[in-house]
Amino acid sequence: MKKLMLGNAAAARGLYEAGCAVVSSYPGTPSTEITEEAAKYDEIYCEWAPNEKVAMEVAFGASLAGKRSFCGMKHVGLNVAADPLFTISYTGVNAGMVIAVADDAGMHSSQNEQDSRHYAKSAKVPMLEPSDSGEALAFAKQAYDISEAFDTPVFLKMCTRVAHSQSPVDTAERMTPPEKKYEKNIAKYVMMPGNAIRRHPVVEERTRKLIEFAETSALNRVEPGADRSRGIITSSTSYQYVKEACGDKYPVLKLGMIWPLPEKKILDFAASVDQLIVVEELDPFIEEHCRNLGLNPVGKALFSLMGELSQTVVADKLGIAHEAGPQLGETVPARPPVMCAGCPHRGLFYTLNRNKCTVLGDIGCYTLGAVAPLSAIEMTACMGASVSAIHGFNKALGKESEHKTVAVIGDSTFMHSGMTGLANIAYNQSNSTVIILDNSITGMTGHQQNPTTGYNIKGDPAGKIDLESLCRAMGFARVRVVDPYDLKTCDQAVKEELAADEPSVIISRRPCALLKYVKHQPPLLVDKDKCIGCKSCMRIGCPAISIKEGKARVDETLCVGCGVCSQLCPKDAFESTAKEA
Amino acid sequence: METKNIMIVGVGGQGSLLASKLLGHLLMEQGYDVKVSEVHGMSQRGGSVVTYVRYGDRVASPVIDKGEADFIVSFELLEAARWISFLRPGGQIVTSTQQIDPMPVVTGAAQYPENLVEKMKAAGAKVDALDCLALAKEAGSSKAVNIVLMGRLSHYFDLPQEAWQKAMEAIVPARFLELNRKAFELGKNA
Repeated sequence: MKKLMLGNAAAARGLYEAGCAVVSSYPGTPSTEITEEAAKYDEIYCEWAPNEKVAMEVAFGASLAGKRSFCGMKHVGLNVAADPLFTISYTGVNAGMVIAVADDAGMHSSQNEQDSRHYAKSAKVPMLEPSDSGEALAFAKQAYDISEAFDTPVFLKMCTRVAHSQSPVDTAERMTPPEKKYEKNIAKYVMMPGNAIRRHPVVEERTRKLIEFAETSALNRVEPGADRSRGIITSSTSYQYVKEACGDKYPVLKLGMIWPLPEKKILDFAASVDQLIVVEELDPFIEEHCRNLGLNPVGKALFSLMGELSQTVVADKLGIAHEAGPQLGETVPARPPVMCAGCPHRGLFYTLNRNKCTVLGDIGCYTLGAVAPLSAIEMTACMGASVSAIHGFNKALGKESEHKTVAVIGDSTFMHSGMTGLANIAYNQSNSTVIILDNSITGMTGHQQNPTTGYNIKGDPAGKIDLESLCRAMGFARVRVVDPYDLKTCDQAVKEELAADEPSVIISRRPCALLKYVKHQPPLLVDKDKCIGCKSCMRIGCPAISIKEGKARVDETLCVGCGVCSQLCPKDAFESTAKEA
Repeated sequence: METKNIMIVGVGGQGSLLASKLLGHLLMEQGYDVKVSEVHGMSQRGGSVVTYVRYGDRVASPVIDKGEADFIVSFELLEAARWISFLRPGGQIVTSTQQIDPMPVVTGAAQYPENLVEKMKAAGAKVDALDCLALAKEAGSSKAVNIVLMGRLSHYFDLPQEAWQKAMEAIVPARFLELNRKAFELGKNA
């Protein structure tokens, strides 16, 4: 009986069926659910690591010890884990090791749309690329066989549409993988120059053998088509768009292994058709390989380097007609994402905006602090960059910026890569003010635990890192905690810490309003007689507050009674509904 | 059978994932090939969200594009209007009349368009609009809007009532089943 399964859940099922024993990941859309789903199988040890580099090294350690292991991350997470990646490629594995990387073409929830396939090529690590949930499951399993047969970590490359689409899968029982004992092998596992120089040829020979495998493996299959005027090479979700737009009209070479790529198979396919077309999202990865083989395919001359494809994009580019939909004939206002009602970040950003601070930001829900009307954040690049960049900013500008610039970073992002930046501030002495937005969870990716929450991936009690002690141990004498719902205290803390002539950390602490254990207050009501329509309350950009007929109105279904708006009202027009009861 | 396309649109946090889960289960049980595509991550935070449900003999793409949707099921009026160009000519919109101001409207940078149901009809769409929030509250919870909409959508499907009931039993937690049954009936008979 087939089951409808999310691509990420299917990949997790594949890990389970392959006998994977250890999983370590850092959450990141669209990869998160692989690890969340894997954690539902009691047979697999699963954890959230502080960052992707740690996760990959944990998975490597487990592989070394003889257990099949896994780590999962989003595309930008692989940048963080790139250091172990390139050298684990040299050491190879003991038991199978699979690395999932999920790209986000279209940037549904990312800061760039980098193409992770380049990592496979440059780190010389094979990469499988499923095109639906069924393949996500099957490829995850096969990745372990390839890993052990060729002594290499193997990539499972997901993308948003494969990761977050459900399609039917066939499940099987969990297998017992071949037993792998740990054996001391200094020449293989200690990558100092003398050893590494002997491992590099092994890697090149491995790639040569993997190319042979790619020539014959069923992962790369030719699907016949009656019309040979065109032949299409494609993979991943692009394959599904091609099938949707063209049906079985043209022959298709569907690549399930995207690195290393076959040579003879592609040349034979190209020879069998009049015009060779490559359909792939983002960079011309397959296309350039074809050009290296002396072919002249049509690829990025037709399809964009940016964003996602779809069946109608493919149809348009290939000159296949399709119907258009109705047009409204008027512009519909955009609905960008917003900080939730009761979000603890709101009060802090209001305070920073009011104090005209220069705010260097980071990755998380709080990136929305850049959106009007708060418009507080002025820089967001990557995980941890706020804490490192404020040091550089202040070193460049000196006192001019030290007393008005702050870095803001979430608790999970701080654990991920903010700590090292903080160490730099302490060591190289800049008078920087860092604000840790501690909402006691990893929010944006959907509530994952982290080293500061005191709970593990299964929700069981775990080690808990105390942020205040950590910052003090790093040499910060000025560490204070504020409640972001209390605007007055926030304002005082920001003013004092910016004025101080030494570095400081403000921990803005209140749990995410969406957490199940957070008890909401009754919604507030606006006393229409008191409200003068001054719109002071609108400056915090709360989705629960709007102006109707010149007066503020609270949406009772959204309001959680945080009371931040009432602290802005000059006429005390917000009333708690609790009082009336 | 040619592939059929249902879009579920709304505002992040309104419960579209449960609706798509229900439809996915229902259609799988009918023996169709099914693909459901969801949105996770940043846009869930109060932004415009869309879920695609596709079914037929063989479904390739997980997404629905402009001019392809047989149905747009919308939790919010402006969102129905936003996605109207995704409707197939002659396609059907089933929408709640609830209006949630997006941030540009809240801040006064834009206006919430008026008479959207009439405008969508004038654009050539068939529109079935009903106050799902009121019906959900009548059933016992404002959170049951998704099931009210499913009840309404069931009108347009030639499927036995038990099939919908069974799918609900499989998807909805037991303690909310009675409430959701009521919500489904209210939507269906509205």
